[in-house]
Order: sequence, then structure tokens, then C-alpha cells
Amino acid sequence: MDQLLNDFSPGLFIIQTVLMLVVIFLMIKFAWKPILSALEERESGIQDALNAAQKAKEQVEAMNSDNDRLLKEARAEREEMLKEARAIKDKIIADAEEMAQAESQKIIDKAKSTIESEKKAALEDIKTEVAKLSIAVAEKLLQDELAKDQKQTAHIDAIIDGVKLS
Amino acid sequence: MRLTSKLQIVSILCSVLFSAGIFSVHAKDSDPKEGHHEEANAIDEDDEIAEYILHHIKDAHDFHLFSYNDSHGERKHVGFGLPIIVKTSDGFRFFSSSEFHHDDSGHVIVEKEGVSLVKYHEKIYELDKGQTEIHFDEDHHPDNAHAVLDFSITKSVFGMLLVFTLLIFWFRRLAAQYKKSSIPTGFSRILEPLVIYVRDEIAKPNIGEKQYKKFIGFLMTVFFFIWVSNLLGLMPFGFNITGQIAVTFSLALFTYIITHFSANKDYWKHIFWMPGVPIPMKIILAPIEFLGTLTKPFALMVRLFANISAGHIVVMSIIAIGITLRSTMGVFGASALSFALSLFITIIELLVAFLQAYIFTMLSALFIGMAVEEHEHH
Repeated sequence: MDQLLNDFSPGLFIIQTVLMLVVIFLMIKFAWKPILSALEERESGIQDALNAAQKAKEQVEAMNSDNDRLLKEARAEREEMLKEARAIKDKIIADAEEMAQAESQKIIDKAKSTIESEKKAALEDIKTEVAKLSIAVAEKLLQDELAKDQKQTAHIDAIIDGVKLS
Repeated sequence: MRLTSKLQIVSILCSVLFSAGIFSVHAKDSDPKEGHHEEANAIDEDDEIAEYILHHIKDAHDFHLFSYNDSHGERKHVGFGLPIIVKTSDGFRFFSSSEFHHDDSGHVIVEKEGVSLVKYHEKIYELDKGQTEIHFDEDHHPDNAHAVLDFSITKSVFGMLLVFTLLIFWFRRLAAQYKKSSIPTGFSRILEPLVIYVRDEIAKPNIGEKQYKKFIGFLMTVFFFIWVSNLLGLMPFGFNITGQIAVTFSLALFTYIITHFSANKDYWKHIFWMPGVPIPMKIILAPIEFLGTLTKPFALMVRLFANISAGHIVVMSIIAIGITLRSTMGVFGASALSFALSLFITIIELLVAFLQAYIFTMLSALFIGMAVEEHEHH
């Protein structure tokens, strides 16, 4: 202890204390304050950047979920539209079929009536022809028959009767 | 026999710092009259080495680089003088320490304008009026001279100035670099994590997020001063700044004053009128608690001083093995042993240098934290 006290130098103590005081104030003013504020600024900058990144991530996520929703909606809409189109298509086809059927029926009907009238006309023609033919035959026959007078008259009467009867 | 005596010296040197009694006994063993004056030869006796070591952990008035024997067998010292500034009974005196011609036994008398000054064991004494030679009493204290107030730029002050200059230069540059970019470059990049370390691991947890800013300047300065001083002490010039009790006393005093000037009501209440205990206990506790406020900085002072001095003594003692064990182990063996051990201890000392700076700053922060802590009222 004696040695320790003997080694204690009051001058050194005073020098150390004064220098230390000066240096503490110098260092606070010129070093620690600017350093710590720069560090804090940087740290808060980093924190802000991290927060911003987090926010951006959340936004992207929200956007993604929005996109998903939109996509789903679009898909549903497309499905709907397809369904509608199919229904329209079916309807159009059905309508067309119906119309075609009606048209063809009409044509068939028209053809049938034409055929009928043609048949009638043909039959009329045939009748006329037959009449002409029979007249010609009758003429020939009459020419032959009428060559013998008496007989001619009888024959004519008979034929006329016959014709009238038929 | 030499081995055992060497080990004894080492063990004595190690315990010296923890027991002031042995310290003074040992100092007596190494009486200056027995060996120190006869500096004709290199120091190679056990006693001389022990004294040399104890001399070297002390502050010095000149900057000694090395010694050698010249061709005439005369011991030569190489170094340079440092300014001596002393307040004598007749005012201040300034001169160079080289005027003492490396004498540390009080035999060289420097006359300065009517004042006779001598240097004895790195202390400057002024001879009483009319005395021409210094006399010692039985305890080897000068009895016809008195110590003067010594403001000399001693080796420690020189080192201290060097450390402070380095600190201001380094951290000023770090601060300047932040103005240009938020990421420092070069050496400042090493300093930055240390600053963050002191702030986040020492100041914030011990003082608290809210109040640490008031004390951070002191804590940073103390941390870096102690650490750089400790490291400087491990370098070849052997500055021993933090091993000077005056320096550690000053540092501890800073902590004490800052703690007690920023202490809040609760702190004083817990010292002088401990809440929550019966009145007789309050009365008993008050002096104990008060004493506690003094022992804390006292422990700070002694811890730093003792650790650093012990480190220096152990390193020097182990280096001395190379000389003292030469006769038993041979030059090569002793040198190898000394080299291996001192390498090992020096690496430990590097750790201690940081650890002591950390502990001093951490405990300072803890004491300040205790004084400014806001208690919840119970």
C-alpha cells in the first residue's frame, strides 16, 4: 500500500484528468455525435427500406390475389359465354332444320299437286286422242259401211247410239 | 537452485499486485544501493531483473530505447529525454530529463535557478535549502528532500497524448467519411463495428434505450482510450499507461462523478433510506450502501491497474527466463522456453487488453444505469 501510494503521481493524475476531460468533449463534438447520428440515420434508412420492401411484397401479393380472382372471373365468364353460344348454335340448327323441313314439305306438296294436275291434263289428252282415234276408226268404218246405203244409215244410228251411251 | 529461485521471483511478482505488503517487502529486497548503481554490465542477476521489471512498470521520465556496452565496457543508454515540468517551492521549472543522465538514484543534482532537483525511483525531489546530497532514512525515503508536483511529459503522458491523438484522428476520419457515404472505407471500417459494439452491447443494455445517449460519449472515449492504451503497452516501447494507478484513479473518478451527478432521487433513496425494510435496518444499511458507492469505482481502479501491471510483469518475467535459466538449460533451451511462454502470454495479454477495456466500460455503464434507472414504486 505504501508503495502504491508512493507510486501515485498527483501530477500524472491531474494531467490525465484534464486531458481526458478535453478529449471527451472533443470526441463528443467531433466524433461521437456525427458518427452516432450517421449510424442512426443509416439504420433507420435500412429499417425504412426493409419496411418498404415488406410493403411492396404485400402489395404484390394483394395484386396477385386480385389477378387470380380476375382470372377466375374471366374463366367463369368465358364458360358462360361458351355455354350461351352452344345454346344459340343448337337453337339455330334446330330452327334451320325445322325451316328446311317445312320448305321441303312445301316443295313436295307443290310437286304432288303439279303431278296431279299433269296427270289430269295427260288423261284429258289421252281421252281426246282416244276420241280422235275412235273418230278416225269410225270414219274409216263408216266410209266402208256407208258405201252400201241402207246399211249406212242403220249403222250410223247404231254407232251414234252406242257413242251416246258410252 | 536457480530454477526454484526464479520461480519464486515469478510467483512473488505475480502476487505482488494483489498484496501490497509483499510489494513493499520486495521493493526492499531490490535495494538500489546493492545493484542498481553498478550498471557497468548488462542486467543478468535475478535481483537486478526483478528490480528492472518493477522499474519498467513504473512511469519514466525519459524515453529509453535500449542499452548496450561500448568497447570500453561502459554501459550506454540510448533514448531521448522528455520535458520535465515541476512545480517547486519557487515556482515552475522546465528542463529536459536528459539532464539527469539516466540517473534514477538521486545522485545527479540538477540546479535550476536556485532549486536543486534529483530523480529517485522515477520521482523528482527538491533538496531542502542548503543540502548538497540526498540522504535516505531506513525506509529508503529521502529525509532531506521533498517531492514536487510533477507535471512532466513522462513516458505515460507521452503515450497518453499519442493515444488521444490517434483516437481523435481515427474517429474524426470515420465521422468525416459518413458525410460522403454511409459506408466507411479502409481502417474506419474496422472502427465502425467497434463503435456499434460499445453502443449496442455496453451502453444500451446497461443504461437503457432512453438515456444512454447522454453517457455514450464518455463510455466510448473511455473504452477506446483503455483499449488502445493496453495495446500500446504490449508493443515494444512498453508504454504502461493503464498500469499507472493515477490514470486508473482518474478514470474511476470520472465514472464516480458521472454516476453520482446523474443519479436520480430513487438512487439516493436506496442508499440512505432503503425502502421496504424496517427503520433499524435502514439505519444500518445506509453506511453500508454509502460505502458501496465508493468501493465500486475503487474496484474499477484497482482491477484495471492490477491486470495491466500484472500482465507487464508476467511478460517481462517470462522474457527474463531466457537469461535466468541460461545456466541450467543452456542458451538455446532457455531462449526457446522463454520465447514459447512469452508468445503464449502475449496472446493472452491481447485478450486481456480488450477484456479490461470492456469490463471497465461495461461496469461504468452498469453503475450509471443503476443510478439513472427509473424504479417502479412499490
